[in-house]
Amino acid sequence: MPDYQWPDPAHRTLIGKRTPRVDSPEKVSGQARYTYDVKRPGMLYGKMVRSPYAHCKIVSIDTSAAEKMPGVKAIEIVQKPGATIPWAGDEVVGVAAIDEATAEDAARAIQVKYQKLPHLVSDAEPPAGAAENQGPLSLDDLGDMLQNQVPERQIVALIQEYGISFKPTEEDIKEAKDEGVPDSVIEAARNATVHPEAANKTKSNYIKAATQSQGDVDKAFAEADAASEGFYGAPVIVHCCMEAHGSTSEWTDPDHLFVHMSTQNVSGIAGQMAEPLKLPAANIRVHQDHVGGGFGSKFSPDRWGIVTAQLSKKADGKPVRMMLERDSELEVAGARPSAYARVKVGAKKDGTLVAWQSHSWGTGGPGGGGMPPIPYCFSIPNQHKEHTAIRNNIGPARAWRAPNHPQACVLTMSALDDLAAKLNMDPYEFFLKNLELTRLSKIYRDEFPIAAEMMGWKEKWHPRGQNISGNIARGVGLSLHTWGGRGHASDCDLSIHPDGSVDIKMGTQDIGTGTRTCIAVVAADALGLQATDIKLYIGDTLYPPSGGSGGSTTPGGVSSSTRRAVVDARDALFAKVAPALNVQPDDLEARDGSVRVKSDPSRSLSWKEACSKIGATPITSHGHNDQAAAKNKPDLTNSGVGGVQMAEVAVDTETGIVKVTKMVAVQDCGLVIDPKMAESSVLGALVMGISYSLFEEKIMDPTTGRMLNADMEFYRLAGLNDIPELKVHMMTGPGYDERGVIGLGEPPVISSGAAISNAVANAIGVRVGVIPLTPAKVLAALNQTQKAGA
Amino acid sequence: MRAFDYVSPTSTRQAANLLSSTWGNTEILAGGTDLLALMKEDVVTPKRLVNIKEIADLRGVKSDSSGLRIGSLTTLAEVAEDAGVREKYPAFAEAVREAASPQIRNMATVGGNLCQRPRCWYFRNGLGLLPKDESGKELVEEGDNRYHAILGNDGPARFVSPSTIVPVLIAYGAKVRLEGPKGKRELPLEKFYVIPKTDRDREHDLLPNEIVTEVVIPAANGWKVAHYEIRQKAAFDWPLAVAAVALKMDGSSVQAARVVLGHVAPTPWPSPQAEAALKGQPANEDSAKKAADAALANAKPLSQNAYKVQLARVAVKRAILKAAGGAA
Repeated sequence: MPDYQWPDPAHRTLIGKRTPRVDSPEKVSGQARYTYDVKRPGMLYGKMVRSPYAHCKIVSIDTSAAEKMPGVKAIEIVQKPGATIPWAGDEVVGVAAIDEATAEDAARAIQVKYQKLPHLVSDAEPPAGAAENQGPLSLDDLGDMLQNQVPERQIVALIQEYGISFKPTEEDIKEAKDEGVPDSVIEAARNATVHPEAANKTKSNYIKAATQSQGDVDKAFAEADAASEGFYGAPVIVHCCMEAHGSTSEWTDPDHLFVHMSTQNVSGIAGQMAEPLKLPAANIRVHQDHVGGGFGSKFSPDRWGIVTAQLSKKADGKPVRMMLERDSELEVAGARPSAYARVKVGAKKDGTLVAWQSHSWGTGGPGGGGMPPIPYCFSIPNQHKEHTAIRNNIGPARAWRAPNHPQACVLTMSALDDLAAKLNMDPYEFFLKNLELTRLSKIYRDEFPIAAEMMGWKEKWHPRGQNISGNIARGVGLSLHTWGGRGHASDCDLSIHPDGSVDIKMGTQDIGTGTRTCIAVVAADALGLQATDIKLYIGDTLYPPSGGSGGSTTPGGVSSSTRRAVVDARDALFAKVAPALNVQPDDLEARDGSVRVKSDPSRSLSWKEACSKIGATPITSHGHNDQAAAKNKPDLTNSGVGGVQMAEVAVDTETGIVKVTKMVAVQDCGLVIDPKMAESSVLGALVMGISYSLFEEKIMDPTTGRMLNADMEFYRLAGLNDIPELKVHMMTGPGYDERGVIGLGEPPVISSGAAISNAVANAIGVRVGVIPLTPAKVLAALNQTQKAGA
Repeated sequence: MRAFDYVSPTSTRQAANLLSSTWGNTEILAGGTDLLALMKEDVVTPKRLVNIKEIADLRGVKSDSSGLRIGSLTTLAEVAEDAGVREKYPAFAEAVREAASPQIRNMATVGGNLCQRPRCWYFRNGLGLLPKDESGKELVEEGDNRYHAILGNDGPARFVSPSTIVPVLIAYGAKVRLEGPKGKRELPLEKFYVIPKTDRDREHDLLPNEIVTEVVIPAANGWKVAHYEIRQKAAFDWPLAVAAVALKMDGSSVQAARVVLGHVAPTPWPSPQAEAALKGQPANEDSAKKAADAALANAKPLSQNAYKVQLARVAVKRAILKAAGGAA
């Protein structure tokens, strides 16, 4: 049995060492090629006609004028007359022309008549009594839930509880299967009670999405020594990828499509394009070298991606490029659902949490959305929770880095921090006191003192509002978080060539998180080489499939498949080399660019010499990591990480402007392959965290239903000067390394909002319940306390 | 962006002749940092662009008896680096350095800064400068007006004047020189800005075929001037409030003051009330607060921008204290 296990510290050469990003040179020299940079011979430019209205019906489409324009090569109607448009900016007609200007002119020449329908773009607190029970589900409801990544189990439960309003035909079922709808959902729909009378009923915008109770909340509050009530929230924000969504598609022959796409999901795109294009997935090649940000919004080819292929088909297979404009990128290409809650939370005198009650609501666009996981991290014994989902016309939701967790974290940790203040407790002590209610108490217990030391918590913390000098109030806050992060399915082909070169082929993608470096380090570590010695081929469906980069699943997946492949190849090499050194293969090790005898390192061959023993054909091996842990023997990845963050802020009490002056993150992710990459991931998350805490919000106009800040001046992102000293500590060593590799993308962005909000409350003495912490909201909170005090 | 004709005259007279006498047909191209974005968004759709960058006379910073003359094609970066500006008009230099980003300051011109269009998000989304829906409902009043005007906002104009360097120029007593088919004229800079009442009006006292040629700043003898901006982000952000203050001191009391607010009204907003409140007073926290209160006494916030009243007040107070403490 090959020894796939991760090597112990004494036998690691690169794993756990600080390896620079292997693609740094091409990125800093500008040679890295993004989908946006792709220019294919004879390429046409695509533009999209988009709905100006937030809710409307398409009455008619007249493309005749555009068709006659010189330079216009193809027009594709995306949504036909009669279709209902659920948000402004939705796709209506695609057009391809010889250059961008002609395509724009053509798009403008297409006449679309709309019938406006009433819209709702607000996610304000639902009016009392407005929330309706979920009725029988329509086909659209199911589609919305699937698109919004509502968990399979939840969809099945809803179907079983409420039935459906349509009788699914065999064709519906076949189509659903083709689109990848889970079997359990199809089965539930097939067996559901059908309520045809519900089909034409106008649905309320407000749906009671959850009512959950455990323990005895009333009794627990009655017996609590202290309770705190507050209103907290996080608005809809958008992904705002620096490289907009988009693709270039071309038919290399009538049956084969070649697609360059900006995506987090290279191996998963062909399957999603196959059905709408009526083309075997095997005939679709997808390629991507680098991607300029996805954050959870780039798993699908999207309608605009399908359209590039359809337009190309109509234009004799010529490449058609369509990258979203900045405004569309912000309007339609991804949004994080909002979450707001009125929370009451109770504890004993010593801080022990006993009761939680929440009335929450939020929107994920037309799909409504579900309740975030509150109370977050802490299993408070007595709970009552109700959630109302708001269906509205703001545009679709997509997974945003750690879906639902940052919102749950803000709602929970703000409420707990307010309760600590009410108990006159240092939140550090308060959170420590309750760690037994979390699933990772040992990890948090390790992390808390490290974070406190790095922040200087003991020196900096003070009771609320007691460090105000002139108009500057200073404060500190903390939060904790968790995430899964088990490795996804991944396949790796590895070859060691007779000349000593090593290559790896894998259909994964590096979304900026250092995936290339991770693969190279794992391979080079086992072979005694440097990371840059490994030639990597990724980002193409020509290579073995590897999962989409979402949910922090990539490091665990690619490191596990690579480890299996490299150990097999190395062992095969040892078998070839052993006779030359007169030893058994097991007596060999690969270290420092050589293959040598473990017990006598002076007996060695250089790597090149060793590989010359391979013979004429290279050694090849294949490594597979299975999504199901039980199928991996041994399992090299794991799930469940903990992290703690602390923020320090300075608030100008006259202007309400918040400056984050320091942030500290202590994070666990099992075995750290490359601490430098890991720290980079956390640093990036903190920047993103500061940005969403202080600035970001998708602002909708109530009258027109359109997004007002679909640009980068009023959709503010943190700039360099808004980023303070950031300190990161990765947990490593016993208790961490042996857990195996766990993903890191999501967790470090979760706590920032709550930690910063708590720091502001500590500074100014009053809670600003809803992020982002804008001057308007900070001043409003301060004015309220002044009035209360007067 | 739509197709357009492009012409590059070499004199102001030629340029004026190439410009249409009605709005909408032609646009002047200088740095292009505002115009190109407006054209890409289809907010303005000129048939002809008149590139004035070939007009050498419009470039550079000169000094004569009228004061400092800044050609309208001078870039913000050139102004910020100009030794004369930095030495004699430090508050102006500071305002210019805080504007936009280095890349934009390298392209953007002083004339363009004076003539830039409002950042109102209804306007930028193509809904008009005085935006209404089909039923006549005023979009700003009914909608999201968190960044809109708190003064001079009786309507229908509720946008804020976008320049961050104009308030301090007005505080220095700057004038703007224009040239058009009817010849040259000079205006006090504050008179260059007007509140449009109808869709046919613009926010500048400028004919469609007139060109801003120069900004003239008189010698700042004896005036202590300061600029103060409140921005949410540390850099590259539109301010929420701007104040510029010039004080002429008589011993320890204020002999004369100029107080100009920015980003609070459809025009830069000189405040005679604040000036009167300061006159004869020592320049201290107390008088600064009273002057700030006077400046905002007539503020009428819209549904979502009451916080801006407080921010404008703080900007005025801090600018007064900064001017009082600073050099000329």
